[in-house]
Amino acid sequence: MADGNTGSGAAVLQARGICKVFGQHRALDGVDFEARAGEVHALLGENGAGKSTLIKILTGAYHPDEGEVLVDGAPVAFRDPLQAQAAGIGTVYQEVNLLPNRSVAENLFLGHQPTRFGLVRKSAIEAKAREVLSTYGLEIDVRAELGTFSVAVQQVVAIARAVELSGKVLVLDEPTASLDRNEVKRLFEVVQRLKARGLAIIFITHFLDQVFAISDRVTILRNGRKVGSERLDALTPTSVVRMMLGKDLAFEHHPTAVAEGATGPVRVSFEGLGKAGRVAPFTLALHEGEVVGVAGLLGSGRTEMARLMFGVDQADSGRISVGGKPATIRNPAQAVAAGFGFCPEDRKLDGIFGDLSVRENIIIALQAKLGWFKALNRDEQDEIAGRFAEALDIRAADHDMPVKLLSGGNQQKVILARWLAIDPSFLILDEPTRGIDVGAHAEIVRTINRLREDGLALLVISSELDEVVAYSNRVVVMREREMVAELTGEAITPSVIVAAIAEHTAEAR
Amino acid sequence: MRRVSLAGLARPQFAALVAVLLINWMLFPGFFDISWQDGRFFGSLIDVLNRGAPVAILAIGMTMVIATKGVDLSVGAVMAIAGAVAAVMVVGGWPAWLAVVAALAVGLLCGLWNGALVTLLDMQPIVATLVLMVAGRGLAQLITEGFIVTFTDPVLIFIGTGSFLGFPMPVVIAFALMVLTTLAVRRTALGLLIEAVGVNRSAARFAGISSRLLLIMVYAFAGFCAAISGLIVTGDIRGADANNAGLWLELDAILAVVIGGTSLLGGRFSIPMSVVGALIIQAMNTGILISGFSPEFNLVVKSGVIILILVLQSPMAAGLFRRRSAAKPAQGKTAP
Repeated sequence: MADGNTGSGAAVLQARGICKVFGQHRALDGVDFEARAGEVHALLGENGAGKSTLIKILTGAYHPDEGEVLVDGAPVAFRDPLQAQAAGIGTVYQEVNLLPNRSVAENLFLGHQPTRFGLVRKSAIEAKAREVLSTYGLEIDVRAELGTFSVAVQQVVAIARAVELSGKVLVLDEPTASLDRNEVKRLFEVVQRLKARGLAIIFITHFLDQVFAISDRVTILRNGRKVGSERLDALTPTSVVRMMLGKDLAFEHHPTAVAEGATGPVRVSFEGLGKAGRVAPFTLALHEGEVVGVAGLLGSGRTEMARLMFGVDQADSGRISVGGKPATIRNPAQAVAAGFGFCPEDRKLDGIFGDLSVRENIIIALQAKLGWFKALNRDEQDEIAGRFAEALDIRAADHDMPVKLLSGGNQQKVILARWLAIDPSFLILDEPTRGIDVGAHAEIVRTINRLREDGLALLVISSELDEVVAYSNRVVVMREREMVAELTGEAITPSVIVAAIAEHTAEAR
Repeated sequence: MRRVSLAGLARPQFAALVAVLLINWMLFPGFFDISWQDGRFFGSLIDVLNRGAPVAILAIGMTMVIATKGVDLSVGAVMAIAGAVAAVMVVGGWPAWLAVVAALAVGLLCGLWNGALVTLLDMQPIVATLVLMVAGRGLAQLITEGFIVTFTDPVLIFIGTGSFLGFPMPVVIAFALMVLTTLAVRRTALGLLIEAVGVNRSAARFAGISSRLLLIMVYAFAGFCAAISGLIVTGDIRGADANNAGLWLELDAILAVVIGGTSLLGGRFSIPMSVVGALIIQAMNTGILISGFSPEFNLVVKSGVIILILVLQSPMAAGLFRRRSAAKPAQGKTAP
């Protein structure tokens, strides 16, 4: 949708020669950037390429070590994001930073409410809120609590708030990560309106198709350096990916390797496992060296199935056997003892120990399995952390740094390393590539394939159908809390999976 | 990089302790004098150690509770209960060793109760332990039937006032407990697992850590420590005072832990640093008393010094310090 806007507007926000160093690590090295009025400028790069650091410098959260930031051609030195906001630069983050238990109107104007004699005028706020939101095509009850609306609506409110407060530059940091297709479309309509109003929009995302759908210009970062900054109509998706990765890293499809199917003995089997109200009883056996993909829409019971298997939730029916012997798994500790591993969907909430070091995050499950009295000493910990960090190419300046300072992709690899360290027989990965960008996707996919070759049994839940197809020997489809299909061999294609998911959803709509 | 930052964290507490001691010395020139009489050391420094021991012992238990993102408000009341049990038993003719064991067992039981409320009923720690903080003093009064139960049992008195290798028993007990506990959590995996539960309880569950058992143990240990402290103060005054034994000491213990650098948000903890925190608090108490100021000053000065120490420890101060020595960037971060 890069319209014929050849005479792009003036450069509203510029960065020149930005350098930022963290300890030993050069996060940004002489990066130039320019956001022009009436233009959507996409910022792309692998995890750790320096996107977040650049954005934080542009919005005043970090200070550059070298280089300068200019607004309307004049150098500025923001002390904090509030100053940047006052200078016209508003930011909307992936997680909406608003108050869910206050009304939409209050959220829009919090901190700068129209007042009379120092009193907040509720009716005026509400009228103003309706007026503002109507320009975004949003007709909602502005008195209702924000939390009662969908994430998409909340996002638009957050955008409206940012534009009201700032009004020159709008930074959208992965705004579409938790939106479905229709919601993304609506969001893009809003972005188009703002673009027409002459705002400079900086758009950060992991979805290449979205970049092409909405952006006029793209800047690509790699390892803290700018690889290129070009008008998008001069580029193709392949050329963009190549610029991002610096190598040809298309998803290798393994139809041959996969189609042969699993030949190994059964590693784990779940017979009639279920829990009333969560997942209908299902039966599934996984073989050595087999990847079973789980497809289905959000809320279809995919994650609930994994939670039952791992004992996070307790099944009220069914049997589990491991290596042919019956096993009792009523909690995750028993699952770990049985050689299971689980990389949960919500990394931050259920996976990462933010304040603990990379090393401790890697050894923690093994230590829990060994028990209190068989403590791994420092040398053993260093050896294990080093071995798996190398095997999975975890990029951390040092294994004693808190894991929360790593990028999302590296955190995901740390959790994977944690499970590989217990030498598991069965590994569950729930959305392993969520919130991770293209380059790391390919890496995770290759890792899954490698683990299969090593003889592991894997259950991989994913919404990325082209990836599921690339690594699965079998695909089971979940729909409305029930396992509805099992696909093997030639049947494993995205279109068949989509058909299986959609079979009855039409009537449900 | 963690080792560097730990060393950096350690500094403000030691500096504060030295500063408080030096100020005490300026106010009272004999402060550092230590003499040897009747087979034991005497002096203001020894007094700081001796008087600080009960809070230090509470702080040892409290450190681990706080590391799990909890807090135990009941330890002061548990001190009173344990003291009451021991006193009533020796007065009733039971052997002293049995009275001591019973007091410790009751402390453990109180801790188990707190742990059960926190883990099994999933109550917030501050509320769960508030129950016993209020009810515990009532329990202690029921045990003593409202009297201050005095006794002459030499064993109990020895725990509060005796000496070993020249040092007062409370100091010996606190030191031994600190060393044993530190070894127990750092030579095993307990310390790491407790920190993991404190940092992210949900992730701990997913990683296969049995956080319930750990939490119950931690609260039980805090109760056990409180019982030891209760025995010490009871032996010291040769009587169980259900109303005043351990009154408000839970707050001193929490303060000692926080001064020691363990965050109330849970996670990283250090038992020896909490003991240092307890000593800082006691050094201030002692300093104000011996320098002749009226005790009313104590609370005001104490709060001032505490604010100072907490500010020095805060990330903001660390940032200021870093900016001043900005020659080399020492931020332990990489790009997200």
